[in-house]
Amino acid sequence: MRRTRPKPAVEPLERACVPWLLACAVATGAPHVEHLPLWLSALAAATVGLRAWLWFRERPLPPRWQLALLVVAATIGIYFQYRTLFGRDAGVALLVLFMALKPLEMHGRRDAVVLVMLGFFLLLTHYFYSQSIPTGLWLVTAATLETATLIRIFGGHQPLPSIVRYAGLLLLQAAPFMLVLFLLFPRITGPLWGLPQDAYGGTSGLPDTIAPGTISNLVPNGSIAFRVRFEGAPPDNTNLYWRGPVMDEFDGQRWRPAQLGRLDPATIEARGGTVTYETTMEPHNQRWLLALDAPQAIPEQAFVSARLQAVAFEPVRLRSRYTFASSLDYRAGLSESRALLNASLHLPSQGNPRARALAASWKVRHADAQGIVAEALQMFSREQFTYTLQPPLLGDDPVDAFLFETKQGFCEHYASAFVFLMRAAGVPARVVAGYQGGELNPVDGYLVVRQSDAHAWAEIWRDGYGWQRVDPTAATAPSRIERGIASALPESEALPVMARLKLDWLRQLSYRWDAVNNTWNQWVLGYNPERQREVLSRLGLEDIDWRGMTALLAVLCAAALLGITLWTLSQRPRLDPVQRAWSRFCARAARLGVRRHPWEGPLDYANRIAALRPELGEIAATAATAYAEARYGGQGNNAVERLRAATRKLPYQWRPA
Amino acid sequence: MLDKLRRWLFRLGRDEQLPIVLTQRRIFILPTAAGMTYAAVLGVMLIGAINYNLSLGHALVFLLAGLGLVTMVHTFRNLAGLAIMPGRAAPVFAGETARFPLHLANSRRDRRCALTFRFAGNATAAVSVPAEGTTQVAIPYATERRGRLEPGRITLEARYPLGFFRAWSYPHPVLHCLVYPKPEPRPLPPPTPIADPGLARGTGGQEDFAGLRLRQPADSPRHIAWKAVARNVEAYPLLVKHFAGGAGEELWLDWERTAGEGDAEIRLSVLTGWVLAADAAQIAYGLVLPGQSILPDCGTAHRDACLEALALYGHETDAPEAGR
Repeated sequence: MRRTRPKPAVEPLERACVPWLLACAVATGAPHVEHLPLWLSALAAATVGLRAWLWFRERPLPPRWQLALLVVAATIGIYFQYRTLFGRDAGVALLVLFMALKPLEMHGRRDAVVLVMLGFFLLLTHYFYSQSIPTGLWLVTAATLETATLIRIFGGHQPLPSIVRYAGLLLLQAAPFMLVLFLLFPRITGPLWGLPQDAYGGTSGLPDTIAPGTISNLVPNGSIAFRVRFEGAPPDNTNLYWRGPVMDEFDGQRWRPAQLGRLDPATIEARGGTVTYETTMEPHNQRWLLALDAPQAIPEQAFVSARLQAVAFEPVRLRSRYTFASSLDYRAGLSESRALLNASLHLPSQGNPRARALAASWKVRHADAQGIVAEALQMFSREQFTYTLQPPLLGDDPVDAFLFETKQGFCEHYASAFVFLMRAAGVPARVVAGYQGGELNPVDGYLVVRQSDAHAWAEIWRDGYGWQRVDPTAATAPSRIERGIASALPESEALPVMARLKLDWLRQLSYRWDAVNNTWNQWVLGYNPERQREVLSRLGLEDIDWRGMTALLAVLCAAALLGITLWTLSQRPRLDPVQRAWSRFCARAARLGVRRHPWEGPLDYANRIAALRPELGEIAATAATAYAEARYGGQGNNAVERLRAATRKLPYQWRPA
Repeated sequence: MLDKLRRWLFRLGRDEQLPIVLTQRRIFILPTAAGMTYAAVLGVMLIGAINYNLSLGHALVFLLAGLGLVTMVHTFRNLAGLAIMPGRAAPVFAGETARFPLHLANSRRDRRCALTFRFAGNATAAVSVPAEGTTQVAIPYATERRGRLEPGRITLEARYPLGFFRAWSYPHPVLHCLVYPKPEPRPLPPPTPIADPGLARGTGGQEDFAGLRLRQPADSPRHIAWKAVARNVEAYPLLVKHFAGGAGEELWLDWERTAGEGDAEIRLSVLTGWVLAADAAQIAYGLVLPGQSILPDCGTAHRDACLEALALYGHETDAPEAGR
């Protein structure tokens, strides 16, 4: 079985190319370690290490059948890890495996080219997981390395810096094409066909049920949920309630949306001006869009639900932009459907007896809902309730335990207890999850809403007023609503670093970095068909369709190619190298006071220099001999070098002794 | 017809003007298998980027597509403007590899990398030309038959920088190389007596010392009368010992003597072997071929004249062996 490659036509691979190829394998494979199973990363590292060792010791590569066994075994391993071979993650794992094993099966130049192609492909797969600016920079670095590797393979030995410089030059010249193609290539919003199940893994966002801990778990997460740009001044912080999932069913522990069948959209009556704003959502793989209460105008791909939410027809799986108009002063659901109101009064038949008793006493004391609400809020502000991320555990009767024993909780505790009390007192009420507030980035004017701004509040329904927002958290910790989460929590509690930054310059830096990221997201990552149309119309191409774009694209690419070609051909052959070197010597010598006569031969000139400036005699003789040799002696290469060296030895200025 | 098209398209034909400078009309370029693979990989990557809506993926694919286009220009540029001067090829014996030297001059500030040269059906020679420099390359040609070898057009090819494209050109300088018959080792024939002593006068014998005379360039250095020279350097720079006809014998390498060897080529090979043997033994020898003869003498110039006569025997001077 141990046989040499059968075909003699294999172009051999230079030994010195191997480190380049291994570097390619590492550069394109290593960033995947973050999400690959440990055993696969270890296997990949081991095979690349083995190849490096074989190279160093100049040992032969392992026979094919051993590699085949290894591939089969590892593929089976990947299958058991992911339960498929065709998903996104399994596919990436397979690619990394091949990339790591290919160096062990690298005999000729063709194998090396295959490895580099695999590397280009593997680069693309990084963007499944991250498309941030650092990833983008890594793209450029790795692509340069791969280009340099190809140059090394096809160009033979050259000094390392010149290879890297040439690779950089090639990519630099490729950049205009990238720009033109990026702007003008007709964009299609994917997917072209069904994506594997795991295509949208790893997104975080609001939970679809609420129980103690579900919101507070989000708070340490400093990642961005969405960014908002307001037309005009942003509204007051206390008005920034971004509505997410609305929960109206309670099972004693958890809140979740009730299944009520088909409901009509909520009726909203605006009572003031509207605020218009554009939201750029990070993908959360859910359908709610987090509009400000209450949405008036919503994007085409969404609708307003019976619970006042802006809901997209499809889950938000990509960073997407939506334009909304909301009326901050509104009446909603004045004639609410019976079904929804009933659902908003429903409580489990048992549990939390003390809370029920308290609510029953309020119901007796107050005829209208307003009094009951005031009673509850007074209780929250009057008694020693604490706002904390780490409340003690609650037992089987969580509302009772919270209200009468622990009195420590996060917004979901307050909202949930409040809604329970309202319902027990006969007031239709529900829990609303979403985000509250946000941070205005002074650099680019975007309001940034992070996962740490997640919040839960309550809504009650009053006849003649409709649904009204009541935020019991505001009664306990008003600064949460006015100035954000960081001001409301004690210093000791875990928050994202950014939420607590005191250092001014660091905060400035973080604003700037975030603005840069936002620009990147808006213009690079969020470059979709709509944005493309927007950009093109700004460039004066309003009604361009895909045919026009393609034509323009072709013209611009051809122009760029022509430009580069002209640059290439415009480099006219100059004087031949020997002549150039000699002219340079003569010019330098002339500056030192001895100008060559047009009729003077090199040796005569050298003699004259030696006569006039004895200290230069030796250099001049060397130069003249070298020139004569290069000119008339045939093999001129080394002689030219000597001539150049002699020229370099000439002093720059004449200093009289 | 197809041949005519090829001739027109590739501008086949000899280059009379020197140096040969590769202009854009003489350079051809097509993608290689690696280039096709690259395009296919980019296509798949583009579909992936669209499918998963990867904006950076689009950017990567477009950057790499640009790289491919730019590479095309650079591959072309690696050849464009190269100046080629043919050199003189040293004669070889049939069966040996002739090497045709080319002087390459690069007036550009960038190095030209990995240029390969070959004659059809022969091995390649690879070379890089330094920036603003010159270099030499010797293109091998495996000879088979004697005669005046014209190797035909050269295929100059380069895939630098990235191997996605192959640029090539067909320079066709006037090149030739003398191919001597393949020597057959045989013992030298015995010398023959001089039929007409007058015939041998000018060439001198080997045996009897007959006096001194001024050295002529064709004289073997072994015959220089060093003692006589040392006695009077001023008067006689170099004197050689002059020998009379010896025993009246001289060595004639005669075509007729090879009659038992077989066909003409083998007989020429035998004669070639004799010439080499006689030259190595530093014996004066003459060569007789049908229709021509070379008088006995010795020295490199004489040997080369004999070998050339053997190489070209039977070939009309204007119809050399055609390049394959």
